[in-house]
Amino acid sequence: MSDIAERVKKIVVEHLGVDEAKVTESASFIDDLGADSLDTVELVMAFEEEFGIEIPDDAAETIQTVGDAVKYISEAV
Amino acid sequence: MFDLTGKNALITGASGGIGGEIARALHGAGATVALSGTREEPLRALADELGERVHVLPCNLSDAEAVEGLPRRAVEAMGSVDILVNNAGITRDNLFMRMSDEDWNAVIDVNLNATFRLCRGVLRGMMKARWGRIVNITSVVGTTGNPGQGNYCAAKAGVTGMSKALAHEVASRGITVNCVAPGFIATAMTDKLNDEQKARINERIPAGRMGNPEEIAAAVLYLASPEAAYVTGATLHVNGGMDMV
Repeated sequence: MSDIAERVKKIVVEHLGVDEAKVTESASFIDDLGADSLDTVELVMAFEEEFGIEIPDDAAETIQTVGDAVKYISEAV
Repeated sequence: MFDLTGKNALITGASGGIGGEIARALHGAGATVALSGTREEPLRALADELGERVHVLPCNLSDAEAVEGLPRRAVEAMGSVDILVNNAGITRDNLFMRMSDEDWNAVIDVNLNATFRLCRGVLRGMMKARWGRIVNITSVVGTTGNPGQGNYCAAKAGVTGMSKALAHEVASRGITVNCVAPGFIATAMTDKLNDEQKARINERIPAGRMGNPEEIAAAVLYLASPEAAYVTGATLHVNGGMDMV
C-alpha cells in the first residue's frame, strides 16, 4: 500500500471511528463506513490539511470511496 | 456563571448601541472580542474602554468580498472564532408600493446575505474545534411584520429560517445556532421620539416600557455560553411580552 493510501486510511479510521479492516479501497464512505454528508465534508477538509492541497467542491463530490480519495490525492500532490 | 474565558468572539455592528453592549457582556464574561462595524471611530472608543482582549476589525458588510475576508481576519487576530454574533443591520424603510429594488437589495444584502457569508466563513474552524456558538440578532418584526419594513421583515425572517437549517446541519458537531429577537429597545434612535410617541409604543408592550441593550446582551451571553449547549435552532424573544410566540 502506498504512503498516500496509508495516510488516507489513517484519517478515515480516526475520523469515522471504524475498524481498520473495513477501510478497503472500494469502501464507500457513506454506504459502507457509516459517514453522513457532513462527515464527507470533514474528511475532505482533513485530506486538504494532511496533504497541503485544495480540493474544489466539484472534485470533492466525486470522492465517494477510499480509492477515489487516494486516486485524487495521488494526482493532486 | 457564564464563563467565556479562552473563547474568541466576533461581533458585527459593535459600533451600535446593542452591539456594543453585547461586546461588553461577552468581554465581561472573559471572552476575547473582535469588534466589527462600518465606522471605525466608535469601535476604537469601545476598544479603549474594554482595554485588553480586544481587536478592532472594521468591515463594510455591503461589500461581499470584505465580508468573505472578515472571518479570516478575525482568526488572524484571535487564533479562532468560537462565537459569532451577527448583530449588524440596516433599515431602508418605505411603503411596499414605493420600495425600490435598491432599498430592497441593500437590506437583504447586509441583514441576510452578510449573515449567511459570515456563518459559512466560521464553520470550518468550529467544526474542527467541535465547539461553536452562532447567535443571530433578528427582530420581533420578523415574526409580526411591520408596515414600511417589507425588506427588513423579509431579511429577519430569512435569518430565522436559515439559522434553523444550519442548526440542523451542525448540531452533532457541538455547534449551536440561535437567534435573539429584540422588541423595542431604547437606543440613540428611540431617544429622538417625543413623549407621546414613546407612550404609544409602551402601550403595546405588556411590560410597559422599552427594553434596554443590556437585556439583549444578557440573552446573547446565555446562548454563547457552555451552559446553553442543548439550545439550538431557537429564537429567544426579548420584547417585554409584545409578541408571545
